[in-house]
Amino acid sequence: MIEVRNLAKRFGPIVAVDDVSFHMQRGEVLGFLGPNGAGKSTTMKMITGFLAPSSGTAIVCGADVTADPIAVKRKIGYLPEGAPAYPDMTPIAFLDFIARIRGFAGAEARKRVAKAVERLALAEVLYQPIDTLSKGFKRRVGLAQALLHDPEVLILDEPTDGLDPNQKHEVRSLITEMAPGKAIIISTHILEEVDAVCSRAMIIAHGKLLADGAPGALEARSRHFNAVRLALAPEIEAAAAEALRKMLEVEAVEPVEDGEGRALMVFPHGGQSIAAAVADLLRARGWQPAALRVERGRLDDVFRQITMTAH
Amino acid sequence: MRSIGTIFRRELASYFATPLAYIFIVIFLVMAGILAFFVGNFFERGQADLQPFFTFHPWLYLVLIPALSMRLWAEERKSGTIELFLTLPISMGAAVIGKFLAAWVFAGIALALTFPFWLTVNYLGSPDNGVILASYLGSFLMAGAFLAIGACLSALTKNQVIAFVITAAVCFLFTVSGSPVVLGLLQSWAPEPLLATVSSFSFLTHFTAITRGVIDARDAVFFLSVIGAFLLANAVLVDLKKAA
Repeated sequence: MIEVRNLAKRFGPIVAVDDVSFHMQRGEVLGFLGPNGAGKSTTMKMITGFLAPSSGTAIVCGADVTADPIAVKRKIGYLPEGAPAYPDMTPIAFLDFIARIRGFAGAEARKRVAKAVERLALAEVLYQPIDTLSKGFKRRVGLAQALLHDPEVLILDEPTDGLDPNQKHEVRSLITEMAPGKAIIISTHILEEVDAVCSRAMIIAHGKLLADGAPGALEARSRHFNAVRLALAPEIEAAAAEALRKMLEVEAVEPVEDGEGRALMVFPHGGQSIAAAVADLLRARGWQPAALRVERGRLDDVFRQITMTAH
Repeated sequence: MRSIGTIFRRELASYFATPLAYIFIVIFLVMAGILAFFVGNFFERGQADLQPFFTFHPWLYLVLIPALSMRLWAEERKSGTIELFLTLPISMGAAVIGKFLAAWVFAGIALALTFPFWLTVNYLGSPDNGVILASYLGSFLMAGAFLAIGACLSALTKNQVIAFVITAAVCFLFTVSGSPVVLGLLQSWAPEPLLATVSSFSFLTHFTAITRGVIDARDAVFFLSVIGAFLLANAVLVDLKKAA
């Protein structure tokens, strides 16, 4: 449904987006991950037809954004960063404006607006100027605007930025609920969000697409993937670390101290599963662990590893 | 076409959503009155016409029209709504024209509310209502030209105050370019064609011609061309500046 071909954007000497290409199908929720200024927003602005690409193009539902931007804009629901909306308008007037400009009139326009209002629970603030609304409500007005025409493609730039945990949860549920019928792109720098809603994640830094895969597959690149966290009595810790380091499957053993307390982190070679081997060794020596846990990969590890080395 | 109408309605309503519209109209009417009665000697002239009223319109617009036009694009850029606005399925032409028309109609409303002046002169004597109608039309066209300049220049910046100042300055140049002071300065050294060109760009010259009651198509065409040219430049500038 979305095909991005060699998309690039230069602002003078600065390359904001550098040769980004990808395909997306209906039902996918794609998360753009990247540090601030990585080119996430610029990529979105080009797909939505706000900025003209320096080279390359995006095809959305068969329409080419460089050749027919208006056709593309019809297909897309877009929430720009910060959810801008006309501050002097009330949500009802604003949504009515959006409905009309998207070509709905009369009863159909009213129905669309009512549905969006219901979906985002905006009923209580409909007649207050948007200026006076809380951040959460402003964001919801922005989302209502993006959803109003039930677009096949949704592009949401930092949809949960600045929201409290409950509001974040609501927005994520909404995205998950809509996912099956649409192609959705969200950008975020909150990594947990990718786990929560995305079926696919892309890491972008310095304008380049550096990694693309299911969040689980990206996590598997982390050195924490399949690592074993081991809490032991202090007197046997040193001996245990020594013994574990000698195992063939083990790459490194490091003491860690965090919110959960003191422990040894045993990192495997090449992400292989070592839990059974570690448990065997402990049993053989008669060391009783206070806790043993297999770690998942950590997306923030992968994120840092990929974005820091990409200079 | 339909999107022009939708944009036009939203923009026009936005003037009335804040006190701006009412303040503008009140100040416009009060200043028009003061200038006509006290500076223009409306009564002392002993003539039943609106000449002293219309004479000051260029100067009135010079101060007030930039206040109307400064927000058109600068505010959209400042608040980020431009990204929302220009990702709606509308053409750049519809966006520029819809906004401009809303501002122009608003100025027209303010102008129409000066009708008590017209009633007054008709009560006091029997003026040439044809001349008055022509003057109103000329004033409206000139307001449109000022607004088109203002709309175009407001796309240059995110700062409404800067938009105001630049617009006032450019409108001032357009207004005075035909005045004796400017022409006198040029006369000593400039060649005749340049002199004619400069003076032909003067709003004052064209407006004065219309208020004499002679609607020459050329004067109307002049204002309409200025509107067209600046709206075209407006569309180009919005496109160039929106990324910043």
